[in-house]
Amino acid sequence: MPEIVFDSVEKSYGPTRVLEPFDLHLADSEFTVLVGPSGCGKSTTLRILAGLETLSGGEITFDGNPISHLDPKARDIAMVFQDYALYPHMNIAKNMSFALRLKKVAKSEIDERVQRTADLLNIGHLLDRKPAELSGGQRQRVAMGRAMVRDAGTFLFDEPLSNLDAKLRAKMRTELAEMRNTIDKNMVYVTHDQVEAMTLGDRIVVMANGVIQQQGTPEDLFKSPVNKFVAGFIGSPTMNFLDGDLTDVGGTMTVAGDGFSLPLSDALAARLRTHGGKAVTLGLRPSSITLEETAGAAIDLRVIVAEYLGAQSVLVTRCGTEDVLVEANSATPIAPGTIRTFGVLTDELMVFDRTSGLRI
Amino acid sequence: MLANANRLTPYLFLAPAILILAVALMYPVGYMIWASFLDWNPSQRIAEADFVGLRNYTNLFSDAAFLESLGVTLRFAAVVVTVEMVLGVGLALLLDRQLRGMTILRTVFILPMMIAPIVVGLMWRYMYHPTVGILNRTLKSMGLDPVPWLSDGGWAFTSVVIADVWQWTPFIFILSLAALQSLPKSAMEAARIDGATGWQLIFYIKLPLMMPVLIVTALLRLIDAFKVLEVILVMTNGGPGLSTEILALRISRTASEFRELGYAAAMSNLLLILLMVLTLAMFFYGKIMDARAARIRAEAEEAV
Repeated sequence: MPEIVFDSVEKSYGPTRVLEPFDLHLADSEFTVLVGPSGCGKSTTLRILAGLETLSGGEITFDGNPISHLDPKARDIAMVFQDYALYPHMNIAKNMSFALRLKKVAKSEIDERVQRTADLLNIGHLLDRKPAELSGGQRQRVAMGRAMVRDAGTFLFDEPLSNLDAKLRAKMRTELAEMRNTIDKNMVYVTHDQVEAMTLGDRIVVMANGVIQQQGTPEDLFKSPVNKFVAGFIGSPTMNFLDGDLTDVGGTMTVAGDGFSLPLSDALAARLRTHGGKAVTLGLRPSSITLEETAGAAIDLRVIVAEYLGAQSVLVTRCGTEDVLVEANSATPIAPGTIRTFGVLTDELMVFDRTSGLRI
Repeated sequence: MLANANRLTPYLFLAPAILILAVALMYPVGYMIWASFLDWNPSQRIAEADFVGLRNYTNLFSDAAFLESLGVTLRFAAVVVTVEMVLGVGLALLLDRQLRGMTILRTVFILPMMIAPIVVGLMWRYMYHPTVGILNRTLKSMGLDPVPWLSDGGWAFTSVVIADVWQWTPFIFILSLAALQSLPKSAMEAARIDGATGWQLIFYIKLPLMMPVLIVTALLRLIDAFKVLEVILVMTNGGPGLSTEILALRISRTASEFRELGYAAAMSNLLLILLMVLTLAMFFYGKIMDARAARIRAEAEEAV
């Protein structure tokens, strides 16, 4: 399993720069997730790695050997496509064995490997069907099986679950997570769904506008995002942002804005002491706001809608003119329209520079 | 009353079209079928012609000239369609890419198809001219012997095949290119990742996926090739001997030169039956494909 290194790789289509030069290091047998909104360059990065797109500058190496001049087939990769890309005229067995047949692997070995992989994915009974005769979920499994049967060194996934319905997606996500632990390969996975990224990735690379914003473990990204974009992208429900000014109120560093005034924890205050008077954006996760007003600093919020999810509810509230999401236990009934005092866990607050978006 | 009127309305709207169709299509076809049972000379009115039953048809199968002409037609159709398919699909595979000026190039490629057949015939006749034609002059300037393009039986057949291939390859090319460009891009990419070389991509993925379009295209061309007339009429008028006398030409000569209208009608009917078989083959191929697709869809939906 090669160690994959991107060395100042960049990509332009004519005058349009879609990927700014970036470095990326994917360790051996690591599950890396590239995540970001549509058009952030994550799929392009994957396709460059696969050899389906050329790069405009820089180099990619596998274990130190440059590969950017190689054809896809010479890179020892397998790929699962968003639309599955099955061969419509071949049955499932033929679809899965295509690469092996091209490599002239012995027929008995092909049959054995296809059957074993198909059984693993519960598609063993579909082998003589055509792709058009399968449901979406089954096709997805075939696409997966076609990649797995190859036994390639690197697996690439281009949003493989995005065409499935929510329930099936969750199921396949779990299966993938399980598979990840048993298969000792490099895996690079592209998705726009941060939940997939968080549950699957050993390492997550967050991208936006052709630039890598941050990379790290799921926990790194959740607990210490480098900027407002990453903080807003990772975590569900998404982080709330409130604009305010950093002021010193009787020796306590406080962020005050439209409808709120929240004191900062000592640790955070120590870091921000030099930024007094600055325009900032306060980030609070929905889980950092509780119904117990004594749990932390108090904030008054008008409840607009309560989205009942079962044991938990997401309250959509308003602070001044900004929407603020609150994660709350459904046991306490909250009537929409009421103004209520909530407690904010100040230890979990984040402060971002309002102009640069960087976390302070 | 009103319900009745509503049911009849569609037929009312259809009536003019049916009427025109009946007059313009059914009447001549019926006329032809009736004429094929007559011994009819152009100087007679149809009512004066003698009824001879199936004699015209039975004579056909012992008429060496007709059988020769049927053979030429079959050979001509088989050769031109094969050559045109290979060239047309090959060109489409070559030109299915993003190159500068490709739009202009594609337009140039399909120009021959837009020229009237008579003009094509004349043009080629001049090019094939034994002394002043560009082909023989070129051969001569290279120090080679001139070729009897249209005056030798073997060469004449080749020459009309070349002219037809020149004119109709673009038709195959254009349809193949459209088929190629509508193939799923990601399946091609998957095949490249699976390790397929350019040729393997063509033979294992592209051609099988294009097959439905290619079959219909070949059938359309085949039907057309059976009816070819003008180009050959202008170039060789069927000669030398009977070497290029395709059925359409034979029919026209039987009617105008030999003045045997009934006999010509019988030939036309036979050609019509031949074309009908091809058309029905195409029709049923389409039906079978549709039925198959419908069955597969139904099964897939059940599987969900």
